[in-house]
Amino acid sequence: MSAPVRMRGVHPGPGPVARWVIVGVIGLLFLVPIAAMVEFTLRRGLDGGYDLSRWAAVFGGGLTGDYKPILTGLTNSLVLAVVTVIVMLVLLVPTMVLVRIRFPSLQRALEFVCLLPITIPAIVLVVGLAPVYSVVARIFGSGVWPLAFAYGVIVLPYAYRAIQANLQAVDVVTLSEAARSLGAGWLTILLRVVVPNIRRGLLAAAFISVAVVLGEYTIAALLNRVNLQTALVVVSKADPFVSIIFALLALAFAFVLLLVIGVVGGRRPAQKASS
Amino acid sequence: MSDEALLSPAANTSLRGSGAPRAADRPRSPRPVRRSRTLLSGSVLGLVPFTAYIILFLALPTVIALVTGFLDGDGAFTLDNLVALGDPVVLSTFGNSLWLSALTAAVGAVVGALFCYALIGTKPTGVLRSVVDAASGVLAQFGGVMLAFAFVATIGIQGMVTVFLRDSLGYDIFANGVWLYDTPGLILPYIYFQVPLMIITFLPALEGLKPQWAEANAMLGGSGLGYWRHVGVPVLLPSFVGCLLLLFANAFSSFATAAALTSQGSQIVPLQIRGALTSETVLGRENLAGSLALGMIVVMVIVMAIYSVLMRRAARWQR
Repeated sequence: MSAPVRMRGVHPGPGPVARWVIVGVIGLLFLVPIAAMVEFTLRRGLDGGYDLSRWAAVFGGGLTGDYKPILTGLTNSLVLAVVTVIVMLVLLVPTMVLVRIRFPSLQRALEFVCLLPITIPAIVLVVGLAPVYSVVARIFGSGVWPLAFAYGVIVLPYAYRAIQANLQAVDVVTLSEAARSLGAGWLTILLRVVVPNIRRGLLAAAFISVAVVLGEYTIAALLNRVNLQTALVVVSKADPFVSIIFALLALAFAFVLLLVIGVVGGRRPAQKASS
Repeated sequence: MSDEALLSPAANTSLRGSGAPRAADRPRSPRPVRRSRTLLSGSVLGLVPFTAYIILFLALPTVIALVTGFLDGDGAFTLDNLVALGDPVVLSTFGNSLWLSALTAAVGAVVGALFCYALIGTKPTGVLRSVVDAASGVLAQFGGVMLAFAFVATIGIQGMVTVFLRDSLGYDIFANGVWLYDTPGLILPYIYFQVPLMIITFLPALEGLKPQWAEANAMLGGSGLGYWRHVGVPVLLPSFVGCLLLLFANAFSSFATAAALTSQGSQIVPLQIRGALTSETVLGRENLAGSLALGMIVVMVIVMAIYSVLMRRAARWQR
């Protein structure tokens, strides 16, 4: 067989100029609101001009006084992020592994359930969650962390996809059979054989869950719980500047999280080749 | 089954970076494994915690949300709330939601597809793609409230663009009144998260175009335009329409941006549900939130059902 012939004009994509014009124009337009947020936080007040005083006030003075709701919201959101990831890891992961190994016939059903929250808007879910949470509050108290059960549901499609992509790339069935023939129990198989093999998927699922939880507003707002987003809305009524500073930071944080997922996920075949 | 299609590559929202090659998404051939019945029944117990969790926090709330629409204030069955869905106020809210979602989905789909086209031929692991992926993920899925802030800072009364247009060009975008906090004000913020969602969902479909098809086209003397007319567009059309529907569903169910932007009024359905939930009575009816939720679910189920049919069609070319 001859080597593939290189033909000019075969590639249906745009030329370099067209590409950079499209990417540049759309990219710049999408940067305008972000730039506007930055510009907004640098304004010095009614007399015009720019300085860093608002950023200095947030970081220098600490989050006390008027900004205290944001600190509370941030703390709550971080707690929720941690508990949501735990709920996801403890409930979803063993089930996915079990279905893959023992109940392949349930795969479709599991997939359907996990992707269902895409079809059910959070605002609809919250109508039914209100009565559920009045019971939950009686059992677990009215603290913020039980909200993580609801968040576990809304991160389900994201977490499922991240883990499933990884799980299907690994021959879990053979691995688990090998482990079992060596006398390993179910828990050993899960924790010492399967989990190390899908740690990339688990990491991606955890990061995406964290990002979703940090950005969540609907459920917290309508169940009257305080999280980062509801706090930002409350504070924005009195001091829009500090809200925008935190919005910028949160967006930047989510961006870095997703960038890490992309880089970690993209760099994979090397690992496989060496094993 | 409609669920299969939801997992098709083109629906792979936000998880594109998560690793495994697309080939791995395909079901493997079943592997016969012999095992004893007792073991099997024992491992059924392993499914209990997740099932219980789903029943309590997904199935139960959904059922409650839908059932309360059929109950009156005392918990007795009534179709009264359903009748309220035909009220002109509710109808116009649904109308607002529908045209806002349709408009932003259409603009988002076209602009997003154009951006995806520009990315053809870039390295998936390159810097440009990594940044685009991450930025799209952030804007499409985690913005919510923060996008409302962004647009207040941009085209609010004292926003950067508003002030620039007013002071430098003498053009007042709010000459006919401030529209940012009303339904038209939602158009730009919605487009701002629709375009990135289109990029996330449509790019995998575009990447599914095999280079061999372009080679075959060139070999047979076809032009670039001919390639798109006879190969590219027909193959991508189901994906494109599917993504368009997903964008529609996304805008239709979106709440946070609108809630943060419009502090009063119920211009779109999710805001009306908020009104019904917080003030107990809208249009003098209790439990209206339930029937509004039912209305939303009906729209969502129709849209997502067509979406999954289209995705199954699109998946044919991605084998």
